[in-house]
Amino acid sequence: MTENDRFPMKNKTLKTSGLIIFLTGFFVFVLSLTLSNYTLTGKIIHRQGNGERLAALTDAAAPMLNVTYASNISFVHDLKEAIDKANRAIIAKYSIDEKVGEKIAEEAAEDGKYIFRSTLIDKVLPTEDEITKYQNQTFRDYAGWLEGKTFDNKEALAEQLVFVIRNINNSLSYKKAFDSYSAKNLLFWLTKDAASGILRDNLRLWIFLSFGLIILGAFLYFYSTYYRGTIAGIKNNGIFMSPATARGWIGIALGVFMISFYIMLYFYPEYLTNWVLLVDPLSYRLNGGPASHWFLYGTLYTMAVAVMGIRMLLKYRHNPYQILRTLSVIFFQTAFAFIIPEILASLHKPAVDLKNIWPLDYDFFYSYNLDELMNSGMLGWFMLFWGIALIIIAVPVFTYFFGKRWYCSWVCGCGGLAETLGDPFRQLSDKSIRAWKIERYLIYSVLVFAVVNTAGVLYTYFTGSYSVLGIGTESIKSAYGFLISSIFAGVVGTGFYPLMGNRVWCRFGCPLAAYLGVVQKFKSRFRITTNGGQCISCGNCSTYCEMGIDVRWYAQRGQNIVRASCVGCGICAAVCPRGVLRLENNDPSDRFNTPHLTGNESFREPVDAPR
Amino acid sequence: MKNIVIIGNGVAGITAARHIRKRSDATITVISAETDYFFSRTALMYIYMGHMKFEHTKPYEDWFWEKNNINLMNDYVESVDTDGRRLQLRSGNTMMWDVLLLATGSKPNKFGWPGQDLKGVGGMYSWQDLQNIEQYTKNIRRAVIVGGGLIGIELAEMLLSRNIEVTFLVRESSFWNIVLPPEESAMINRHIREHHIDLRLETELRKILPDAHGRVRAVITGPGEEIECGFVGLTAGVSPNIGFLKSSNIKTDRGILINEFFETNIPGVYAAGDCAQFEKPLPGRRAIEQVWYTGRMHGETVARTICGERTAYRPGPWFNSAKFLDIGYQVYGDIINPLPDHLENLYWEHPDGKHAIRIAWDRETRQLKGINLMGIRFRHDVCDAWLRRSAALKEVVQDLKAALFDPEFYKSYEQEIVNLYNDKFPDNRITSGKKKRLATLINF
Ligand SMILES: Cc1cc2nc3c(=O)[nH]c(=O)nc-3n(C[C@H](O)[C@H](O)[C@H](O)COP(=O)(O)OP(=O)(O)OC[C@H]3O[C@@H](n4cnc5c(N)ncnc54)[C@H](O)[C@@H]3O)c2cc1C
Ligand code: SF4
Ligand code: SF4
Repeated sequence: MTENDRFPMKNKTLKTSGLIIFLTGFFVFVLSLTLSNYTLTGKIIHRQGNGERLAALTDAAAPMLNVTYASNISFVHDLKEAIDKANRAIIAKYSIDEKVGEKIAEEAAEDGKYIFRSTLIDKVLPTEDEITKYQNQTFRDYAGWLEGKTFDNKEALAEQLVFVIRNINNSLSYKKAFDSYSAKNLLFWLTKDAASGILRDNLRLWIFLSFGLIILGAFLYFYSTYYRGTIAGIKNNGIFMSPATARGWIGIALGVFMISFYIMLYFYPEYLTNWVLLVDPLSYRLNGGPASHWFLYGTLYTMAVAVMGIRMLLKYRHNPYQILRTLSVIFFQTAFAFIIPEILASLHKPAVDLKNIWPLDYDFFYSYNLDELMNSGMLGWFMLFWGIALIIIAVPVFTYFFGKRWYCSWVCGCGGLAETLGDPFRQLSDKSIRAWKIERYLIYSVLVFAVVNTAGVLYTYFTGSYSVLGIGTESIKSAYGFLISSIFAGVVGTGFYPLMGNRVWCRFGCPLAAYLGVVQKFKSRFRITTNGGQCISCGNCSTYCEMGIDVRWYAQRGQNIVRASCVGCGICAAVCPRGVLRLENNDPSDRFNTPHLTGNESFREPVDAPR
Repeated sequence: MKNIVIIGNGVAGITAARHIRKRSDATITVISAETDYFFSRTALMYIYMGHMKFEHTKPYEDWFWEKNNINLMNDYVESVDTDGRRLQLRSGNTMMWDVLLLATGSKPNKFGWPGQDLKGVGGMYSWQDLQNIEQYTKNIRRAVIVGGGLIGIELAEMLLSRNIEVTFLVRESSFWNIVLPPEESAMINRHIREHHIDLRLETELRKILPDAHGRVRAVITGPGEEIECGFVGLTAGVSPNIGFLKSSNIKTDRGILINEFFETNIPGVYAAGDCAQFEKPLPGRRAIEQVWYTGRMHGETVARTICGERTAYRPGPWFNSAKFLDIGYQVYGDIINPLPDHLENLYWEHPDGKHAIRIAWDRETRQLKGINLMGIRFRHDVCDAWLRRSAALKEVVQDLKAALFDPEFYKSYEQEIVNLYNDKFPDNRITSGKKKRLATLINF
């Protein structure tokens, strides 16, 4: 046996080259954020449409028009100011002077009393042009409730009218100016559109140098690490020594990167426009339109699931359960979460992810979704019923037969990312009883929150009222959107992979997981069986359980594992060096078995030492 | 209240402590000089390989012991005075007892090889051994392992994980063939070599050579070959760790002598686990049982006796399991090498050379006697029940499906076994019909 057989140099070289190629791609990808110049032109503003707002913006942005910025940050800064300035100008133009209130009050004198009549408005605010017409009309609308009201003195009426005027003026910020949502949108699209330079001119080259190299490098690395020259089997060597997978500096850096990415994506996409440019060609191909930052997210997400899925396939090539499960999540992410919705969008149909289930799909019952579905003909109605059928039929039935794994580790997108991109971090989940306690409090609270949110939204939808028991349904909705969907599911759920394990969201936050879990715990054929007396308490199963289940606790006392949180990933069974664990669907009557360790016939009753 | 003292916080001592606590509120103190808390010895390899950290190998969280009122004491017992019912501890303290359980485990065998105490030479049994291995395998190129048993192959796997070349000296003509039948043993030989381990069969260690600093430099094998190495692992079996009892009145042979109630010659003193030796071994069992499972069962059983319910040790059919690199191994019942004359067997091996099933039965009665599995898992409960009621071979082969324990979607090989059986007994064939497909589907 020669040195070369033992450590085939070529394999090591391949691995290193893979790493270098990957890092180069990653470097280019990050660098690409700085590779554009930004020039705002009237034409670019026009592309966003016409109208008063954009005209005002064109005026407000005059100093920066046709000026080329080398930096995205200063461009965004100036553009933001221009939008603010345009808003101020519009508001100034339409706002009504509070003195108008006093003037009307003076005019309202009738026999020593002061009676408000809308005809008075015409006197003080004659409709001379568009602006006064608007002011006059809104005044009538807003002051309608005062019609005919009698006041003892002028001041009392004036006070009410000033109140009305303030309301009107406040409403201008969304009625006439850019509201915060459209301002954010505009900022993003204008910045993206204003970009020019080497990136835009050689898009395909940069796509190759970033995405291309990342994919190629990752593939070479995984191929030489997990496949080439290796023997099929468990490959966990060095996990707790690597700074990447044991919360070392690489892990922390990765966490910071991912957390920042999510914050940028959700709240500051205008700084990521160059990345969005890189996926434009794909977007045009799939849906015929330019890419938004959500398209970027979808692309990156799908790419991560696919590339890291291939890593899983190589790593667990001896294990058919892992292979099928991984192929399944790659398929559902690529087809159902990514491609089909894009195609639907290009056909002007509702871009629905048909495998997403309420309450994970928290906006399924939001009015805009319901309206869109109901206005989309047969297909829309089908989608509506499909979505409801998933909730009330598929979840209980499939979970009864297969456990929650049918969804969480075979179908779900969040689960798909956790099982692929997140796999290197599964060992970082907390196994303590304390963590289990926190988990139960948190996840069921989120479920309650999700149900309350949806109930509120539906209440508003059917009654038109925005308030239940004095609480605004809109405020619940926005709190849920921000706290749960953005911060918990995104920033914490994924950003914390390298710090707290890959199922932070699924374990502590996902309301659908909570629902599936309740069914799994109380009405299911699924359990993990422990093999007689074979456990050697080594701890591999618990260590690699991404849900933080202390699997060994059950195995070493011969008790089936029936836990609401188990997503059936099967990794505990795969890493068990004694083959003690088997995921099974079977007769539900013997799921909660009496703990028993086979092999000792010295006494009869089942073993039950202190817990 | 009774004062129960247990020496050794391994699986035997700790299982006993837990079960005593369940049945009594006596004072329980567990003394060990190895680690503060119970950990899984079988997982030591995974710490070295970076699959786990030490804390992951602790089967119970640290609060468990206080909650269950089990006192843990980190100290070494130097001697046992059975008349005064007193332990002399290394710390200088003494400890009194009403009941004493000795569960002190094993220590690696050293057969007096020249150089066996050099730096960079060591066994692989304790947490301290692991520290030693960690220290002396840093930046070395090659290691030599002496002794081809379960621990030897684990040590080889450990060293491979750190890219250290391994030469594996095995005295026997084939790996672990004191237990494994020839085909299984040959399979593991192949698998060891597939992992680029330099396996030297029928090769013994003659001596270990030092360098100028008293550290191992090379070994010389039986045939006289010198193999340079930075570390030598001694894994030629283990023997009971009972040196500290020399001066006591407790009767020992290779291990601490006990009867089937784990009672030593001194009333109130018991022994269990690796360190105990049955004066009269049970039929078909060894006098010293040195595996995790038996340690656990000893602990469960002796706890009853200590709590006043005198219980004889009656283990069920033998079982064991291990993993040789990537090939899992399970045995149920009496499969040993060579197979005794009254047994007959059939053997099936997958063409990939990594999966095998061997079934042995009594030639006369055609009752099941043992099952040996490589790369395949069976259900312990099913095999155990078959063996306990001496199930007929035909019935076993027919119902093999009930015993399958491989993960879902794995290929299963019952049909191959049925075919082999039918070849062997053409006049008593099994005709298996296709069974309920839908049911199989729902069960995955
Ligand atoms: C590396 C390795 C892998 C193994 N893998 C398997 C396997 O896969 N399957 C299997 O079935 N078996 C396996 N075994 C065997 C199994 O671990 C042992 O049979 C079992 O741990 C013995 O348990 P025990 O409680 O009898 O003793 P131990 O676990 O050895 O515990 C005895 C304790 O007592 C302490 N002690 C001893 N003397 C004193 C003293 N005088 N004062 C204070 N403390 C003292 C020791 O330090 C030790 O901590 C393996 C063993 C090793 C070493
Ligand atoms: S218990 Fe096992 S199957 Fe369930 S989530 Fe944990 S590792 Fe996955
Ligand atoms: S991995 Fe297997 S042997 Fe180890 S503790 Fe878990 S069930 Fe037991």
